[in-house]
Amino acid sequence: MKHFDVVVVGGGHAGCEALHAACRYGLNAALVTLDKNKVGVMSCNPAIGGLGKGHLVREIDALDGVMGTAADLSGIQFRLLNRSKGPAVQGPRTQSDRQLYLQAIQALLAQQDYTLIEGEAAALMSNAGSVTGVRLADGSEVHARSVILTAGTFMRGTIHIGDKRVSAGRMGEKAADELSLQMESLGAVFGRLKTGTPPRLNGDTIDWSQLELQPADCDPVMLSFLSKGPAVQQVSCGITHTNSHTHDIIRQNIGKSAMYGGHIEGVGPRYCPSIEDKITRFADKSSHQVFLEPEGLTTNCVYPNGISTSLPDDVQEAYVRSIQGLENVEIQQPGYAIEYDFLNPQGLSSDLESNLMGGLFLAGQINGTTGYEEAAAQGLVAAIGVAKRLKGVCPITFDRSTSYIGVMIDDLTTRGATEPYRMFTSRAEFRLKLRADNADQRLTEQGHTSGLVSGQRYGVYQEKVKRLDQCRSLLSSMSVSPNQARQVGIDLGLDGRRRNGHELLSIPGVTIANLADLTPRLVEFDTESLDQVAREALYVTYIERQGRDIEALARDLSVKIPNGFHYAGVAGLSSEMIAKLSAARPASLGAAKNIEGVTPAALTAVLVSIKSQSLKNTG
Amino acid sequence: MDSIFAQATATGRAGVSVIRLSGAQAFDIARIFCNLPQVGLTGLRAVRGRDGALIDQALVLCFEQGASFTGERVVEFQVHGGLATVAKLLSELSEQEGCRLAEPGEFTRRALENGQLDLNQVEALSDLIDAETESQRQQAIRVLDGRFGDAGEMWRGKLLRAAALLEASIDFSDEEIPDDLSVEVISLVEETRASIAAILERSMMASKIRTGFTVAIIGAPNVGKSTLFNAIVGRQAAITSDVAGTTRDVIECRVDLQGLAVSFLDTAGLRESEDEIENLGISRAYEMAAAADVRVFLVEEVGEPLPIALRDEDIVRLNKGDERSSDVGTVSGKNGEGVSELLSLIAERLMVKTPQDVVAIRERQITGLRAAESFLGRVLELIQADPLPFELASQELYFALSELDFVFGRIDIESVLDEIFSSFCLGK
Ligand SMILES: Cc1cc2nc3c(=O)[nH]c(=O)nc-3n(C[C@H](O)[C@H](O)[C@H](O)COP(=O)(O)OP(=O)(O)OC[C@H]3O[C@@H](n4cnc5c(N)ncnc54)[C@H](O)[C@@H]3O)c2cc1C
Repeated sequence: MKHFDVVVVGGGHAGCEALHAACRYGLNAALVTLDKNKVGVMSCNPAIGGLGKGHLVREIDALDGVMGTAADLSGIQFRLLNRSKGPAVQGPRTQSDRQLYLQAIQALLAQQDYTLIEGEAAALMSNAGSVTGVRLADGSEVHARSVILTAGTFMRGTIHIGDKRVSAGRMGEKAADELSLQMESLGAVFGRLKTGTPPRLNGDTIDWSQLELQPADCDPVMLSFLSKGPAVQQVSCGITHTNSHTHDIIRQNIGKSAMYGGHIEGVGPRYCPSIEDKITRFADKSSHQVFLEPEGLTTNCVYPNGISTSLPDDVQEAYVRSIQGLENVEIQQPGYAIEYDFLNPQGLSSDLESNLMGGLFLAGQINGTTGYEEAAAQGLVAAIGVAKRLKGVCPITFDRSTSYIGVMIDDLTTRGATEPYRMFTSRAEFRLKLRADNADQRLTEQGHTSGLVSGQRYGVYQEKVKRLDQCRSLLSSMSVSPNQARQVGIDLGLDGRRRNGHELLSIPGVTIANLADLTPRLVEFDTESLDQVAREALYVTYIERQGRDIEALARDLSVKIPNGFHYAGVAGLSSEMIAKLSAARPASLGAAKNIEGVTPAALTAVLVSIKSQSLKNTG
Repeated sequence: MDSIFAQATATGRAGVSVIRLSGAQAFDIARIFCNLPQVGLTGLRAVRGRDGALIDQALVLCFEQGASFTGERVVEFQVHGGLATVAKLLSELSEQEGCRLAEPGEFTRRALENGQLDLNQVEALSDLIDAETESQRQQAIRVLDGRFGDAGEMWRGKLLRAAALLEASIDFSDEEIPDDLSVEVISLVEETRASIAAILERSMMASKIRTGFTVAIIGAPNVGKSTLFNAIVGRQAAITSDVAGTTRDVIECRVDLQGLAVSFLDTAGLRESEDEIENLGISRAYEMAAAADVRVFLVEEVGEPLPIALRDEDIVRLNKGDERSSDVGTVSGKNGEGVSELLSLIAERLMVKTPQDVVAIRERQITGLRAAESFLGRVLELIQADPLPFELASQELYFALSELDFVFGRIDIESVLDEIFSSFCLGK
């Protein structure tokens, strides 16, 4: 009989990251997945990173995860999004060669020591409220002290194309229905979400000569802190547009769309609408942009980003061919919508442990998120939770003021998901501080203490921090009079105040080059360090103010809840909240917040009540 | 939770006194003393103690949970106001199980906790209770009926939209976003800032409705200022004598002038003096005169040079009208001639300054609005910069929004509650 510390179910992005992290912690781990050749497959768009998502990848990378490295090894079109905007909202992204990405992930996993089991997990096994492993569809059992379930879109997955519907987890792959049914018998309540994907096109049948091309950046920004540059050839994407003819075709056939024909009950993401949605909801727009993204260097397959659909095959062909450059295009695989089961993430702890049973962790699409990066980040968090549970490792704190991962976990566990959840920079209220360039400084030290970060990465990190510190102290030691500043072209009022380098850099328009004229030693530093101190200076006043907000938040959370506090007497608390809080008896508001399912509104009600009682007592 | 009760009208003898009982058990407890009328109807009831003895014939009103001031079940007893009657009923109530005398502010606190009032309304209520004059009452009512909250909602709506536009330009920059979103952001932010600025300006004046306006009486020594002052305030507050320089300091007296709270100031005669103490008084007088809302200059002759510059709202009067033939524009404190015309004119001038629209009253509200206004100014500056620093503009906008949240009691609820509960006096 096989016996493991942890078994990861699902070899998608959440699963791979979880598995690799479990191995880094030295846990005895197994991966159970439906098809061993599909480990690390990108189900949809072959791209990693972007706005908010690029931040997540950097945070995963800062903790020595695999996603950033695999993206860099397979990247065929690196672009820094929002390059013209401020550094806090820039997001590194790359288009990946689908095949190379999967190979990179499998190669990185192969360096670790784990057991790969091909099969379908059909049931969770438990004893006295704690998970003991999984039973496979063939009846064999895999015993483990913890389980990380990352089943993606496979649980009761249903693919829709027009009025055709097929049970599948992805096109051509069988769904995992048994596990859904068994978990329901344990009390799990599943919701349904949906997402969609566009048809794949044969690039050899596209008339590229008619199209505008978007090249990769000439100074590519990598996703991993450890990568130096792209590993393979860079390619361009094509840009084309839908037109009124395209829209007419879709409008005339809208009733045949699975989504509009009433075949789908699941909720789809508003920020990732199908072409049917775009045309119906934004009827006054006569054209929509379509990016034609090559899926790799050795395939002619092209991903047309922006036209996902669940129309029947023939309508797909008609509307695609109405688009400039695609007049003679051949569809290799039709677009489709997929509906799947998810579990309300409010039932999770901040370690992503489920309230269904002890030791069961959930990560990825099953928690109501969408996207590779969101899934991978959760896989990492779940693995940390397992290591904490089994080995008592020093946990890593993910909170809203220190990481995008913290923002996501907090959003999911406190607010739940009503549509597929995707990361945006605007979700992070402290985003000026949570930049992609400082993810390592926010997380790597903690990751090392926890045992998650290898010595090699930690060494590189320490070097970087040392250089940065030297650079910062050189700037601090500067003392420049307004007159001296004027001599190097910095326009300052003659207020007689001497300024250090940080203060000078925080003046709009002042660059490192200006400062180098004053302090030549600055040129000895590498560009990355210099860029980073300049970014810090740009935001310093904002970050200080936000620091006060963070303190206020912390102050609220540190409010003590008196012993024997009477929750039933708190106005505005639902009976469910009263029951939860009365059972858990948290000592502080912060502890109450960590109780699974306790809402921010409930916390406010408790706070108000404590406040008014203490006032009552003092007079 | 205990049911609570208290006398809701001021203590002391009065025609009618109201005793309010609030809590989940309020109806059950009240039934011990009399039959209850239907919810929403008033009933005249014989209220009896537990020994069966009649306490009083009282009007009794019942309010259902959710439909009362506190949000709980409430019973009101309107009894004849004798001290003994009230005391008897209060003591009977206090002997009931689960029923106790309310702590100061407790009714209001329950209303707040039950979501019956927002924080601004709670404050307005306390103002209403403390209102001395009709204008103070009207102003509090404007906040209490939620108009201040409505303004806040409108601002928040506009700013949230502005934030959304900025965020769209950030998070969806690789998609098709119109380039000119900043035009709408500018107009949303500008409108909001102007509206906040207008309320702030009105509020400067309105705060005087709470704290009172000041009217200074100014003139040369012995011109009759104190006599006039006394005639206005109706008592001998300032010492008057024929010796120049009697009023050495500034004497202040507060009156209700046609519904406005007005402090009249009797200032030391404005003249050079050898007397050090008097000089002190004179410089105080200059300061106070400068700050007063309306100044009444009392002069001996038409066209006489004035000690400080005249403003539009100021009033000039010839003194000692009693010793002259009755010209227009004279006033006499001695026989009261011209005094009531003068007072009407003062009231009229002050009324012009009194905002009739909704205003922010509390220091907390004004501080928050000022900060929001200045953050919005920063947003506008940043939006017009090139290249547009989206993330900074949006951050400033969030700062503004969080200031508004503070005013309207959504974020930082902690400190808002602290302020309210600590400054709040007896609970109604
Ligand atoms: C059609 C489609 C369209 C999409 N569109 C978008 C999009 O537009 N934008 C976007 O951001 N994201 C999109 N995605 C989502 C993206 O692919 C997922 O968010 C991401 O892959 C989720 O990662 P995951 O690890 O949770 O699950 P997946 O990547 O789905 O991996 C699940 C893994 O679990 C295995 N598995 C499942 N059940 C079992 C079982 N019972 N036993 C053993 N193994 C099991 C599967 O074999 C698979 O390897 C789309 C996905 C699909 C399928």
